[in-house]
Amino acid sequence: MGFNWNWAFTWEILPKLLHATLNTLMAAGFGYAIALVLGMVFALAQRTPYWALTKVVREVVEFIRSTPLILQIFFVYYVGPQFGLKLGPWTAGMIAIGLHYSAYLSEVYRGGLESVAKGQWEACTALNLSTRDTYLRIVIPQAIPPALAGMGNYLVGIFKDTPMLSVIGVAELMHTANAIGSSSYRYLEPYTLVGIIFLAISLPTAALIRVFEGYVRRKLGLK
Amino acid sequence: MSYTDFLRQYGDRFWDGTLITAQQFLLASLLAIAIALLAGLMKLSRNRLIRGIAVVYIEIFRGTSLLVQLYWIFFVLPLFGLTLAKFTAGFVAVGMNLGAYGAELVRGGIQSVPKGQWEAAYALSMSPARRMWRIILPQAFVNMLPPWGNLLIELLKNTALVALISVSDLMFEAKQINGTTFLSAQTFGTALIIYYVLARFIVTPFMRWLERVMRRKLGRA
Amino acid sequence: MMEDLSQYPLELKGPDIPMVRFSRVTKRYGDLTVLDDLDLDVTTGEMVTIIGPSGSGKTTVLRMLMTLETINEGVIYVDGQPLTHMVKGDKLVPADRKYLRKMRSQIGMCFQHFNLFPHMTALENCMEGPVQVLGMKKKEARERSEELLELVGMADKRDQHPSRLSGGQQQRVAIARALAMRPKVMLFDEVTSALDPEVIGEVTNVIRSLVDEHNLTMLMVTHQMGFAKDISDRVCFFYGGSIEEQGTPEELFGNPQKERTQQFLSAVKEAG
Repeated sequence: MGFNWNWAFTWEILPKLLHATLNTLMAAGFGYAIALVLGMVFALAQRTPYWALTKVVREVVEFIRSTPLILQIFFVYYVGPQFGLKLGPWTAGMIAIGLHYSAYLSEVYRGGLESVAKGQWEACTALNLSTRDTYLRIVIPQAIPPALAGMGNYLVGIFKDTPMLSVIGVAELMHTANAIGSSSYRYLEPYTLVGIIFLAISLPTAALIRVFEGYVRRKLGLK
Repeated sequence: MSYTDFLRQYGDRFWDGTLITAQQFLLASLLAIAIALLAGLMKLSRNRLIRGIAVVYIEIFRGTSLLVQLYWIFFVLPLFGLTLAKFTAGFVAVGMNLGAYGAELVRGGIQSVPKGQWEAAYALSMSPARRMWRIILPQAFVNMLPPWGNLLIELLKNTALVALISVSDLMFEAKQINGTTFLSAQTFGTALIIYYVLARFIVTPFMRWLERVMRRKLGRA
Repeated sequence: MMEDLSQYPLELKGPDIPMVRFSRVTKRYGDLTVLDDLDLDVTTGEMVTIIGPSGSGKTTVLRMLMTLETINEGVIYVDGQPLTHMVKGDKLVPADRKYLRKMRSQIGMCFQHFNLFPHMTALENCMEGPVQVLGMKKKEARERSEELLELVGMADKRDQHPSRLSGGQQQRVAIARALAMRPKVMLFDEVTSALDPEVIGEVTNVIRSLVDEHNLTMLMVTHQMGFAKDISDRVCFFYGGSIEEQGTPEELFGNPQKERTQQFLSAVKEAG
């Protein structure tokens, strides 16, 4: 074979790959949405006065963070049918990747919440704000800017982890590239293009996140 | 089949897989540390070309997926005449990927050493290499150990991807056992627990121990 | 061991009930007793200053009154009603969160480190409580906040975020913010301790004007002895978790009776 880039082949497969990119973005978007919400649940659950709940959630988060995502994807996808519950690849994939990243995001939120000075809580008590208002109006707005960098990193992270969903048949970018490779016996173009597409999305996104972070800080009058 | 029977029958294979995972982890870690040190120092170089090479390396490996890199190294590199055995391709891909992340830690760690330390070494007329090796790096090393602990956990988890190019690690064995028994909860559950034990009770305590030792050495205990 | 609460009245009655009463209040952190069986009354409109060495429990007095700290024994009353406890049947029981929230609306507090909300302007800081807690209309809350910012001399900075204000300016906004809640009792916890010497005056002047022009009950912890002497109706010297000596500023500063008070005052004088 040897190294010869085939442009005709490139143009032939590019539309397919770009189409699959939409699925990749969709998977990342859904997964991230789940992680954003569930991560907040995990973070707040660790701030309740119930000792046992805090402890259990803490251990669950640790467990999810210390085991491979790929294994979690297999687990969610295959364990359901064993007990008569069949999940489609998309559903299983979104659950697995959303759950995995919610553990990471809960840590980001936790760090953000802990970065809010104790005096802010005391001022809220002195002004008699309700717990809800204290969180929504005072604490969370201040917890977000320090959390933004981490949140952004994990947005890019979840995007880069979507190729793992190919192992259970989610038709995203990697899955499509694999299919092209095994039917044409050409791997150079599809895998290289996939790499370029990932770079073309993740690098500008990372830069945009930094800009956005600065914007939010200014908007909130911090710094 | 009870879970004990299951373990009796497949325990050996889980053990073999775990050994391969441990080997992949160790080799990939060594490679990642070497690359991180090199790329991290290169990124701090005054020479624009050297710095540029490091930036391109770091951005490519951090900007794309490990799985893409793994497939590229395993399936595409042979087209350039460089064929790696799957075992080698596995830890090389993981090591090169995590090395790019580690490079940023090395850079940050070096920059966290107070300016006065550089100036003091300069005042003793140390050579730049000696200054870096004897004065700056030891201090930077202590500062960056905690994030390296997290990075090595990531690395351990990422070794599971080598199963996709058929390296017979823990993940691979689990997939195989699942394929013949269909006992998915037992199979993947066992593998999850083994990874958890490796991360939580071996890698993390080791890194904590190393932090303590290094702190004591630098008199910061 | 359950404390016997029957010795405390369910509410204070009579023509001259104090605005604040600490009745046999004890506060412990583990083995350390911070406040020991404290009795203290503050009458309506009175300005009481608490002085004493660090660790004497003086800040804890204010924090308990603001319900930032719980108490171990005793009862605190505000305007005749129990604060730390509530009446259930015909007995006192420890207050629940809802009751605490209701009661602490009568109390306002200013902190050593201001604790302004950094993501809100000076005006928004002042409006936050009235709008969110008192349910006031925005327009009305704005007018009141503007008046109060005027009072503390910060009207021209109302649209600035705290990060753009000096310490003295931030503290003045914090005073306006606390006043916006119309508290019956105001607490000042070392409000000048974190300030540069040259701006202390702008904050003490604001507090002075409150004493002169408003019938507010105030409790203040401070290290500014001169200021305490000027504006207090009564000064309490705290030592080891209880009141060692108290009296009018003239009595306490001019003719202290206890040895510890004399030692403390001369040490403070020497320090400058």
